[in-house]
Parts: sequence; structure tokens; C-alpha cells
Amino acid sequence: MTPAVAVTDLVKRYKKNPKPAVDGLSFEVRSGEVFGLLGPNGAGKTTTVGVLTTLVIPDSGSATVEGVDVVKNPTKAHELFAVVPQRNNLDRSLNIRQNLVFHAQYHGVGRAERNRLADEILERMGLADRAKDKIDIVSGGQAQRVMIARALMHRPKVLFLDEPSTGLDPQARLFVHDRITDLRADGVTVVLTTHDMDEAAKLCDRVGIVDHGKLLALDTPAALTRSLPGSTTVGVTVSLAGVQPEAVADALSTVDGVERVEEVADGPSTSDSGQFRLYTESEPAVALPLVLKVLSGLSCDVTDLSIGTPSLEDVFIHLTGRELR
Amino acid sequence: MNSVSLRTFGAVLWRDVFVTGREMLPFLAQVIVQPFFTLFIFGKVLTSIGYVGGNYAEILLPGIVALNGFLGALQNTTMPLIMEFSWTREIEDRLLAPISVPLVAVEKMLFGALRGIVAALVMVPVGFLILDGVSWPASTWLPITGIVVLGSLVGAAIGMVIGTSVPPQRINILFAVILMPLMFTGSTQFPWAQLDHLRWFQVVCALNPLTYVSEAMRAELVPHVPHIPIWVSLLVIVASCGLFGALGIRGFIRRALN
Repeated sequence: MTPAVAVTDLVKRYKKNPKPAVDGLSFEVRSGEVFGLLGPNGAGKTTTVGVLTTLVIPDSGSATVEGVDVVKNPTKAHELFAVVPQRNNLDRSLNIRQNLVFHAQYHGVGRAERNRLADEILERMGLADRAKDKIDIVSGGQAQRVMIARALMHRPKVLFLDEPSTGLDPQARLFVHDRITDLRADGVTVVLTTHDMDEAAKLCDRVGIVDHGKLLALDTPAALTRSLPGSTTVGVTVSLAGVQPEAVADALSTVDGVERVEEVADGPSTSDSGQFRLYTESEPAVALPLVLKVLSGLSCDVTDLSIGTPSLEDVFIHLTGRELR
Repeated sequence: MNSVSLRTFGAVLWRDVFVTGREMLPFLAQVIVQPFFTLFIFGKVLTSIGYVGGNYAEILLPGIVALNGFLGALQNTTMPLIMEFSWTREIEDRLLAPISVPLVAVEKMLFGALRGIVAALVMVPVGFLILDGVSWPASTWLPITGIVVLGSLVGAAIGMVIGTSVPPQRINILFAVILMPLMFTGSTQFPWAQLDHLRWFQVVCALNPLTYVSEAMRAELVPHVPHIPIWVSLLVIVASCGLFGALGIRGFIRRALN
């Protein structure tokens, strides 16, 4: 089956910037999935979407949408995708509904059909009572909804969303998330860029982590978090009953399956209890019985036990580093 | 141009016409007020006081109509482009329609030219009302309309070049540095052929495509006044359309695509 989006060895350099914005990027998006491009600011996400939506010309490599080469045949590609950009680029000379109707007209949707569709989509996007409002007076969240509504007017097969929830309040964010989920149910392929881990983890079937214009990892959010070295942790709190914390840590680190033990300095250590974080190689459940056995051997009672799995954020920071952009 | 492009071209052009239709009064004010005062002061006030010869009005009106078409088309191409390419990037929705980028540029020029044509044609009755003793025979209406159309097209093409090369933050110097010189070196207020005692200025005027529009108008309407042969004027106008049109489209593509 033709992938919905295919990017191969894509390179884009901007003038005045010696470092390429996109540097040999390749990935494929399957038809019908929600795909996230995750990366820090300046990683090359928006440039990649720019190439896929034909407004950025790559220096080399190729990009296709539904099998159509976007560089060689942009006009044909325009019929297949729609894009919701980061910035409000709505037509300020038109009102909300006219923005939708004219967009459909540019795409050859017949008069009766585009009027019907506009009303239906305005209703679905919660904009029915704002239809005649001027673009100048809509808020950021409403503008985002209008742009999504406009994008849907020509029934695209692939929808690109660049940072869909940046700057939105929690209600608007949730609303946008729900609409993305609806689109997936309708069979529309969605490609979104974000630096919001929770958003990516919640919405995306697969996530590509990008930095410095290169793909660092690509998989489902769950697989990405599993792949992190020392991927799971066990937190134990014990009452020490006179045993030195160092001795407990040493004993725990001898347990099979435990990679590393950290004593958690949690404020002024209250004489009697100690907190430890154990990094395990595989499932924590494997190491847990042995851990408990070692602790009872030292006569330390376990007062609290927690199992932590890393988040996508841990994967992200692990791959892209902590430095500020 | 295939049928999809043609349909989209029509839709994009309709958007511009639709938007203009709702702001008809500001548009008419924009194109009538300035030339009205030019005609009134130079064609009426100065002639009636006697500083300017009585037949000056019949030389002035063809030039002002040419100027209004040319400059109207130029401004109405340049201004929307600067706005739509500024940070709001409103034009993107049309760049992403199923139509090639050069055709969007052609649409912008065609629409600018349409506004220029309207601007030129409304000046004709205004001129007849203000000025005494000026009339254009019916036999000249058709060729005059043709010259106005060509003059507006070349104005729009130059407007496309300017609109895609002037950054939005420089918009205020556009008038002083580009439009004013274009207005006063376009032989609209004087016959170019009679400038031979002011050779350097004649050469400067010969570089302005507007000169040939004005001269073509006068060749039709006041043939007894010395003028550039009409075939030369028409040739230069058509060549300018091609040259500036191509440059404008190139500039448009450069602004549209990164």
C-alpha cells in the first residue's frame, strides 16, 4: 500500500544559516494513522511540514503525499492534503464562514455542497453562532478551530497540523485533541508536529523524534519508552532500624536484574527511614521478589513501594539532551 | 491551463472581486479624489486664470486617464501583495489551492489591472464634467479602451515587481521614492515629443513605460499635437508587459516559496 506520506533523504538549507534545517530526514506515515513529529524548537519539524505542503523547496531528497511528488507536482498534491499552520493565516477580508466557503470554492467543491459542508463543519467545530464574525475579532483558540474547519472543507486525505495546541487553553486543547481523534476515526491520516510529550503520547499511533534535522527514533510511544536504557524504576522506602543506608544500597545493587541503586536524598533524612530508587534492566516484577528478600534479610521493613515507568519526556530528553534551544 | 487550474483561477479572481464589491466606495474615493484635484487645478483653475493655455485641458485629460489606469493598476497590485505577504501570510490559502504559483501571480496582476481599468474609465466622465470644451469622438472609444487595458496591464506588472520586492516595513517610502517619480516622468501632464529642449528629462521620461501609454492616448485623441508614433508606443507597452510580467512572476515565486 502506498504510504500516506513518504520523506526520503530530505535536506533543506536556508540562506544565511550554514547548518541545514533538515539534514537527511527519512520516514513514512501509514495511511490512516496519527503520526507525530516530536522535537525541540528549531529541530526542523516545521520545515519538514513546509516541504510536504509545497511551500518550502528542498535542496535534495524527495517527499510524497499519497504517492504524489510534492516538489514535481504541487498542484496535484494540493488536492490531497490540507494544512493547519502555527500562525493565523485566515483571510482577514472574509468572515469565518466565507473563509470556509471560498476555500472550498478554490478546491472546486460545488456551491450547494460547499454551503452544506460549511454549516455542518461550523456546527461540529462549535462555531455555528460565530459564522458571520470577522477574523480580526476571533481569539487564538477560535482561529485554530476555524483553520481546522477550513482545512476539512475539501475533504483532504492527509491533514498536517503544525503545533496544533500551542498557545491554547486547556479546553481548546482538549477540543482539538477530540477532533483529531474523530479525524482518525474517519480515516484521515494526520501528521502533527509538537514539542508536547503528553499530546504526542495521547494522540499519536507513532512518533518520530527529530533533532537538528535528523530522525533520532521512530516507533509507537509505548515502544519508545520501553527502549529507554534503565527503562523502569522501583522506588522503595524502608525503615532502617539501625542499618546504615549505604549497606542497604550495596545489598540491593547485588540483586539480579538491578542495574543501579540511588539513594534518594529527600530533605533532612528522618533518622529512621531510607528511600532508594532501583533501575532495573527488564520488567521490575522480575527483580521485585529478590529485592524484598534482601530487605527482609537486613530486617528492614518496607513502608512504601512504587513502580515507575519512564514517560515520553524521558525518552525525548535522553535523545535530544537538556541544553536550551 | 487545464480545467482544474481554470476553475481555481476563476474562484481566486472571484474572491478578489467579491472583496472589492463590498468596499466599492473606498475604492472609488481612492481612484477619483487625487486625479479630480489634478484635473480641477491644472485643467480648470490655471486655465481660467490664464497661466495655462486654453487647450491644455485636452492634452491633460488623456494623460490623466492613462495615469489613473497605470497607477491604479500598480497600486492595486502592490498594496494587497505587500499586505498578504506580510506576517499574516493570508495568501497561503490560495497558494495551496490546486493552481500553480505563477498562475496565482497572473491572477493578482489581472485583478490589479481590472481595478486600474475601472479607475481610468471613471475619470473620463469626471473629466468631461470639470473641463470645458473637451470631447472625445465615438470613433476613438474602442482604441482608447484598448490602450487603457494595455496601460493597466503594464501598471499591474510593474506593481507585481514592486510588491514582491518592497518589504512591508518600507511601505511608507514606496510613495515618495517610487510612485512620485513614476507619476511625474510618465509624460501625463505634457507631450513627450515637445521636450527636445530639455533633452535629459526627455531621456528619463523615455525610460518610464507610462510615457508610452500617455503618448498612445494622445496619438488617438489629439493627433495634431506632436507624439510618438502609435505603433512604437504599443510595441513598448506590450514588451514592457512581457518584461515586467516575467520579473514580477519571478519575484512572486521567490516570495511564495522558501
